[in-house]
Amino acid sequence: MYPQVLFKNRKPDRIATLEEYRASGGYAALADVLKNFSYKDVRAVVLDGLLLGRGGAAFPAGRKVMTVPDDAPFPRYIVCNADEMEPGTFKDRVLIHADPHMLIEGMIIEAYSARAEKGIIFIRPEYESAARILDREIENARLAGYLGDNILDSGYAFDIVVHRSGGRYICGEVTAQINALEGKRPNPKQPPPYATEKGLWGQPTVAHNVETLVCIPHIIRNGAEWFRNLALTDTGSGTKIFCVSGKVNRPGCYELPMGIRLSEIIETHAGGMRDGAQFKACLPGGASTAFLTPEFYDIEMDFETMKKAGQRLGTGAIMVFDHKTCLVETTLNLTEFFARESCGWCTPCREGFPYLRDLLWRIEHGQGKEEYISTIKQMCHHLWNAYCAFAPGGVAPIESLLAYFEDEVYAHIREKKCPFK
Amino acid sequence: MLSEELKKSLIDKIASVEHPRELVVDVMFELQDHYGFLSDEALEEAALLLGMTPLEMEELATFYTFIFREPVGKYVIHVCDSIICWMDGYESIRDYLCQKLGIKMGETTPDGLFTLLPVCCIGYCDRSPAILINRKVYGPLTPEKLDNILEELKTEAG
Repeated sequence: MYPQVLFKNRKPDRIATLEEYRASGGYAALADVLKNFSYKDVRAVVLDGLLLGRGGAAFPAGRKVMTVPDDAPFPRYIVCNADEMEPGTFKDRVLIHADPHMLIEGMIIEAYSARAEKGIIFIRPEYESAARILDREIENARLAGYLGDNILDSGYAFDIVVHRSGGRYICGEVTAQINALEGKRPNPKQPPPYATEKGLWGQPTVAHNVETLVCIPHIIRNGAEWFRNLALTDTGSGTKIFCVSGKVNRPGCYELPMGIRLSEIIETHAGGMRDGAQFKACLPGGASTAFLTPEFYDIEMDFETMKKAGQRLGTGAIMVFDHKTCLVETTLNLTEFFARESCGWCTPCREGFPYLRDLLWRIEHGQGKEEYISTIKQMCHHLWNAYCAFAPGGVAPIESLLAYFEDEVYAHIREKKCPFK
Repeated sequence: MLSEELKKSLIDKIASVEHPRELVVDVMFELQDHYGFLSDEALEEAALLLGMTPLEMEELATFYTFIFREPVGKYVIHVCDSIICWMDGYESIRDYLCQKLGIKMGETTPDGLFTLLPVCCIGYCDRSPAILINRKVYGPLTPEKLDNILEELKTEAG
């Protein structure tokens, strides 16, 4: 059993209450910070902890807050991205349902280091139950003196509101999310200016994923070195919540050390492959990552190792496919997702995904032609010219399908039907 | 028509924030709950309350998955058809619901109780196949469980 840091208080049927969170050492980091740390001290510890953004982009969290210039105007905002909509990903929901005060404490400490006075939790409508938990627990935190005008008599003022989205994938992209918060159509915006300079309402805004923020109180309390040592690899840091789903016996969320091998996650923690199923491939971090083939079965799951292998850890949502799963049909389903969820702002993405979906549909349904393969490759290449990172992510499964499972694609075309049916 | 009570509560809420437009989704949700969907009348009222044009409001209303510009049933059933639910039997769940309710995806039952819609990954991949009914999750589903859920809702609706 590996150390449980973020899931320490996780229970099968209910949240950890404020009292339970406190009894486990919760809010001690906040009290310490307010008494003994300057905002720069907090930044230094988080930077030293090598905390990388857990929403998928892996940007160093400590560096992000440092891009808020010292003389930047006030008010400044902290945005918590709980708009988790990457297919296969459900860790933020589980984290909020497990220990909501860990997120609240993480937001307050991060806000202190950015000298922000307002926090917003942007949450998807499918997570209404989590939004209600947060509404209630934020109020409890206020009553306990952790939020408000004078937090723990320190003179520091900060408060949090929950913002419910109307529901679209693009709202998880930070610039689109800021537009959504401002009541505008949530199109992405290309930086500069970066959000930390001119974000929400034109003010400095630091946005983090839920899982990134919940790490912060632990880094402060136990030190940067302790946090780095939680990982099994030198390049990794901390623990990671892996959401495992698909053809495994025990789908679910598991807190494991960063750098753990994929094989161990599947075999030991997710209960192994379902009866008779053989590992064929997995998506390691949501629908915007490439298929991992059996040659990567023992890969160490941390951002850096994955990157070196030409892969991406993404959100750590591991979706496992077995030998009976048709990967053309799988990719068709993933592409349908992107075609439907494209925000429509730029032409390559809006037009490209439906086109790719139609070609994949034809191949899957026995109407494919060999020349489609070069057309698909070319179209994927065009999508790298899209306005935001959504499209290059969305074509990752298609590109890896052609790179690693070309035989399967050709078999569909040759046999004029899906060989798995 | 909006009740005076609801109108006042919305006006007060809008007055209490620095940037009224940040409440646009909340206001649309409240009006949608009131009318059953975001009707043309509701859209114009929302625009008026927030000092926006109806066109600006329409641009947002048609963008979001959970805002309905057409009438929907008392219970909106969103059937997740993304990758994990799809692998775990989305199609049989969809077909069973269509057959049981006697409607196709995108339609509403004649008694106005149920609307069936497809939806992208709802983040319950550990409970697949899963659906949302009025934004509440149900899963992992089987036809028997669906029977029970639908019966309970019919009883609840009277």
